[in-house]
Amino acid sequence: MNRWMPFEWIAALRFLREGRMQTLFIISGVSVGIAVIVFMSALLTGLQANLTKRVLSAQAHITLQPRDEIARPLRLGGDDLELAIVQMPLQRVRSIDQWQALMRVLQDDPAIVAVSPVAAGSALAVRGDATRAVSIAGIEPDSYFRIVRLPDNIVAGTVRLSSQDIVIGTELARYLGIGVGDRLTLSAGARTSGALTVTAIFDLGNRQVNERYVYVPLRTAQSLLDLIGGVTSIELTIADVYAAETVARRLQPMTGAAAYSWIATNAQFFSAVQAQSLSSTVIRLFVALSVALGIASVLVVSVIQRSKDIGILRAMGTSRGQTLRIFLIQGALIGLVGAVVGSALGAGGLLVFHDHVRQADGSELIPLVLERSLFVAAALLATLTGVLAAMAPALRASRLDPVVAIRG
Amino acid sequence: MADDVLRLEKVRKSYNVGRPNETEILHGIDLTLGRGEFAALIGPSGSGKSTLLNIMGLLDRPTSGNLFIEGHETGSLDDRALTRLRGRSIGFVFQHHLLITAFTALENVMMPLLVERGFPDAAMKKRALDLLTALGLEQWQNHPANALSGGQQQRVAVARALAMEPALVLADEPTGNLDTKSAEGVFEMMREVNRKSGTSFLIVTHSLEIARGCDRTIELVDGQIVPAGAVPAAA
Ligand SMILES: Nc1ncnc2c1ncn2[C@@H]1O[C@H](COP(=O)(O)OP(=O)(O)O)[C@@H](O)[C@H]1O
Ligand SMILES: [Mg+2]
Repeated sequence: MNRWMPFEWIAALRFLREGRMQTLFIISGVSVGIAVIVFMSALLTGLQANLTKRVLSAQAHITLQPRDEIARPLRLGGDDLELAIVQMPLQRVRSIDQWQALMRVLQDDPAIVAVSPVAAGSALAVRGDATRAVSIAGIEPDSYFRIVRLPDNIVAGTVRLSSQDIVIGTELARYLGIGVGDRLTLSAGARTSGALTVTAIFDLGNRQVNERYVYVPLRTAQSLLDLIGGVTSIELTIADVYAAETVARRLQPMTGAAAYSWIATNAQFFSAVQAQSLSSTVIRLFVALSVALGIASVLVVSVIQRSKDIGILRAMGTSRGQTLRIFLIQGALIGLVGAVVGSALGAGGLLVFHDHVRQADGSELIPLVLERSLFVAAALLATLTGVLAAMAPALRASRLDPVVAIRG
Repeated sequence: MADDVLRLEKVRKSYNVGRPNETEILHGIDLTLGRGEFAALIGPSGSGKSTLLNIMGLLDRPTSGNLFIEGHETGSLDDRALTRLRGRSIGFVFQHHLLITAFTALENVMMPLLVERGFPDAAMKKRALDLLTALGLEQWQNHPANALSGGQQQRVAVARALAMEPALVLADEPTGNLDTKSAEGVFEMMREVNRKSGTSFLIVTHSLEIARGCDRTIELVDGQIVPAGAVPAAA
């Protein structure tokens, strides 16, 4: 007996130890349940992280644009809008007022990680006889690449954007029949760029984007779009991807600009993710419920088996409260030990799954996400579940009439 | 009387109170047990001996009447206070369930102290070991309780009943499940404790041998104490 261990803990541990088989089976049962919960949770986290990463590969978390402008960035609008803008006089492309000052404010905001100005508009890409409508994004590479990781998605060449350079997508390169080192011209309305050299070709994992987007230096875009010194949007990366909508709503009145979060612009994607989360939560809840019922039923039986022991303990001066705690602690211990074993099983299952279930090309299907917080949460929840499950049996034990228990 | 360990006044006990099958088991018991008394409680099966013992031991409440333990009136105490008083003043020895099998012999003897103080300490271990030694049981101290024979377990149970130095030990047919030799051993042990420490004993028994070995015999028939001097009912 340990000096620092209270009587209730000593009794709980001894009772569990004496009921070897029962204890072993219920802990195994709890472990399997926790393993399933851990496995599903980690898989879902990985899956969603993966999907989110794909969606965000070509998109800022939040985009600030001039207010009242019906013409949203071309990439967000439908075909009509793009055509309309191509044919509009260029003064329709509006700049954000005081954007440099706004940038400084945004850079100081603790929720915001990266800020980058963009001058975007429509143009025609011309190469010999071939022309193609494109969305041009004039960027400052240093800050912009912290928002959209273009250099990580290059299939040919290396990203370099000095004033006469351009980076295009794989689809556009195919349509125009050009590669790295070749030249093309952009024209917007009456203005035309000089010959631009393709320095790199990207694949952002989205056909639409690979076909329409071209990246040029900010200044090149500004002169082409007749937007000297101005920008059409400010793109932001924030610390918590999933807080984008909240942050956007906060920024709107603060900046006087319209703020669009990636969550709002990808509402459909989000409702799919939410449906997935919901169904997984329901499954995990039912697993947790069956774990709780398992613990409760084992302890109910244990209280009946131990009624003589309980009677003797009560005769020796054990209070109802102490009796209650002896059984609550047993529930907590079953939950905790089950959680530890179950977490190990779940993590092992994830490793095996990650190594053996792969995409056709051998790359990982879902990234392996093993966060400590998941295991801590599993342990806490399982312990709590154990205590709650032990409530009914423990109350029963504490209310046992010692006279009846001893006579029995 | 301050020197009474136990005093009962007009104690009645009914079961199923308020229901059609209500039955009164004890019909007004008046009884006093002095400090250091060593008494036997005898009577036919079903006469209410266990019921009376459980009331005396604060495990059950009388339907009416008063019960004093070492001069303290107990009727007004709540469950918590009764539990404390029980733990401190009364030791129990039962017929059927002797020790808690999840613990060793020594730990069983320590148990009442552990329950009272909350944490184990060296002093209570020493106290338990001293008790086992005094009763000649020290060789079993580390045996799991269920590795001992019935007689050995019951002797350890007597040691456990003495752990808190209670004023009174209540034993409900402590030798009822033992062979004659073990029964004698357990009885002799209780006698010796009484002689040495002055602890009062009230022993429910069916054995005339044991009853004869006690200083006083209390007879219960049909829920009533047979007055002293009356002719004992034929056994
Ligand atoms: N909880 C109870 N409910 C109803 N009747 C009971 C209860 N406990 C004991 N009795 C009855 O009370 C009577 C006395 O029982 P008991 O005190 O055990 O007698 P003894 O110990 O002398 O054999 C018996 O008739 C028994 O059936
Ligand atoms: Mg009886």
